[in-house]
Amino acid sequence: MSSETSQRTTERGRIRVSGFDVDRVESRDPLSSWEPDLQSEAGRGRLEYAWERFKRNRLALFGAATIGLMVLLAMFSRPIQLPGSFPVLAGQTVQPLSLAPADPANQDVITGYREPTLENVLTWPPTGLYLFGADWAGRDILSRVMYGGRWSLSIGFIAVAMALLVGIPLGSIAGYYGGKVDELIMRIVDMLYAFPFIVLAIAVIAVLGRGYWEMILALVVVGWLPYARIIRGEILSVKENEYVTAAKALGSRDRSIITRHILPNAMAPVIVQATLSIGTTVLVAAALGFIGLGLSPASAEWGVMLNVEQDAIARGRWWAGLFPGLAIFAFVMAINLVGDGVRDAFDPQGDQTDTDTGGLR
Amino acid sequence: MSLQRFVLKRGLITIPLLLGISMLTFGMVHAIPGDPIDFITLFTELDPQTEMEIRAEYGLNQPVYIQYIDWVTDAATGDFGRSIITRDPVASEIVERLPYTLVMGIMAFGVTLITAIPTGVIAAYYRNTKIDQASRVFALLGIAIPNFLLGLLLLLIFASWLDLFPILPPTDRGIISYDMLVYTLLPAITIGTGSTALLMRLMRSSMVEELDKDYVRTARAKGLPERTVVQKHVLRNSLISVVTVAAIQVAFIISGSVVVEIVFSYPGIGRLLVNRVGNRDFPVTQAIVLLIGVAVILANFVADVLYAYLDPRIRY
Repeated sequence: MSSETSQRTTERGRIRVSGFDVDRVESRDPLSSWEPDLQSEAGRGRLEYAWERFKRNRLALFGAATIGLMVLLAMFSRPIQLPGSFPVLAGQTVQPLSLAPADPANQDVITGYREPTLENVLTWPPTGLYLFGADWAGRDILSRVMYGGRWSLSIGFIAVAMALLVGIPLGSIAGYYGGKVDELIMRIVDMLYAFPFIVLAIAVIAVLGRGYWEMILALVVVGWLPYARIIRGEILSVKENEYVTAAKALGSRDRSIITRHILPNAMAPVIVQATLSIGTTVLVAAALGFIGLGLSPASAEWGVMLNVEQDAIARGRWWAGLFPGLAIFAFVMAINLVGDGVRDAFDPQGDQTDTDTGGLR
Repeated sequence: MSLQRFVLKRGLITIPLLLGISMLTFGMVHAIPGDPIDFITLFTELDPQTEMEIRAEYGLNQPVYIQYIDWVTDAATGDFGRSIITRDPVASEIVERLPYTLVMGIMAFGVTLITAIPTGVIAAYYRNTKIDQASRVFALLGIAIPNFLLGLLLLLIFASWLDLFPILPPTDRGIISYDMLVYTLLPAITIGTGSTALLMRLMRSSMVEELDKDYVRTARAKGLPERTVVQKHVLRNSLISVVTVAAIQVAFIISGSVVVEIVFSYPGIGRLLVNRVGNRDFPVTQAIVLLIGVAVILANFVADVLYAYLDPRIRY
């Protein structure tokens, strides 16, 4: 591409060509090895259009607000101190606020169950406030539900992020190169798909043992499958486009073709799936906690809280398990609303009434 | 392609899959750090003579691929060795609990079909009205509610408050007894709710699609009563895609049963799996995981064949 052609397109004619930055095309050095930024104007436009549509979707915004609120409540429920092993800032308090009305681990002087009451709501800090009641050890359930979000929510977000980091590269490689690599990766995906989500996660935990990172790893082993499948399918359809052939003809390396030309055009369904997966992952993590294969019984993870109180609920102390359960429910519901909104935003022509398999496979 | 050829071709694809999942479940135990013999002997100190004997008994002195072949050939005949915890044959432990899970799964499947198809049809027929909206809200709720919470709430309401069911299952009478079958309704409804929500929406969208087709207008134009149009023409065609998804719901029901059996202390396969994973009883864990994998692969196979039978277009 010489500078004459680019000047001709910017100065001559009455048809305005959009999709590129006129000033940058004119001012760039003709002999340099110039390449457009990863986020081209066109790509940014598509995301902007999606955001415009998403903003008008009230249900999705409501879901996003709910998630934001739950994340904030979990973060500000108790102060956060950095662990002693942390470099430079060891032992420092990075988050001083404490919104939870009681210490989630503290047992009340009178131990034992207490029904939810509304007294002392208006005083702050609320003393003797059992808005959600107290559990078997006399611990304030409201505080524990707020604090427990740290486990439940972080597991969901971290596991999905890691699953994307595994699934997208593997799916891209399979889709772009095809042949034996493709066969190998997709046969592994097929094989793992033979197990329902939670059964595979249980099998991984059987091998690794219980714990926070063990659970995340188990969820990643199951979680990367849909992304690999989706991105492979998208790449197979995108890579036939002329601009990919053009990039190849210009001598771009495979990696830059995948990351600059193919992935941005194949991401929309992955983003939708990832959003919905956060809900599924939190649900499965809670289910694992509930069946006793998740975090330790001392943690306030929502599924674990239900597991500990399982008998009490069945015997009439409904508040002990209802509120942690409702927290899971509200989060999954909110994520599903956001996920549906994201899908409609990327694909406004699609059937908007379909609900996805937000739940367990 | 004839149906037979399709079945054969589709069946051949499942063979490498089955081999693959058997290798995965076998490899599971070998991925655990440490010597498998420690899990068999529960970390007791042994003199070398007994250790050699135990290794020989479990085939641990053989190369890994021989161990795998032995394990697979035994598994194919239903011999999964003995449980580390109870020392009973794994197969008999599973066979003892399998009927419970099967009955529960079939009931859950029945609950799903009986509720999802009519409600989906109604939602599609009265689309974009209050009825449709209500079904959409129900679907959203049904998908988002954790099945263990739903189970606990059902127990609380029906067993604790209304006293219609016992809190613990009456297992002493066996599965084929009135009490047990009635009790199984609770877990079946719990599992079925999620599937119902999904299947109902699927039924609706597939029905909406059919209702817009030309043959429906033709049927109406020639004066057929509305009932005949919907039942004989639209429903049959829109059921095709639903039937296949219903078969795939087997995976959904299995994963539901693992959690829900814990809620209801139900003596099935899922609870056995969870208990034994906690106790690191690998022969039982392996056997159940393999069994579930095989069940899901077969269900998918059945779904594809059913689809090919109902809709000959997809055979090509």
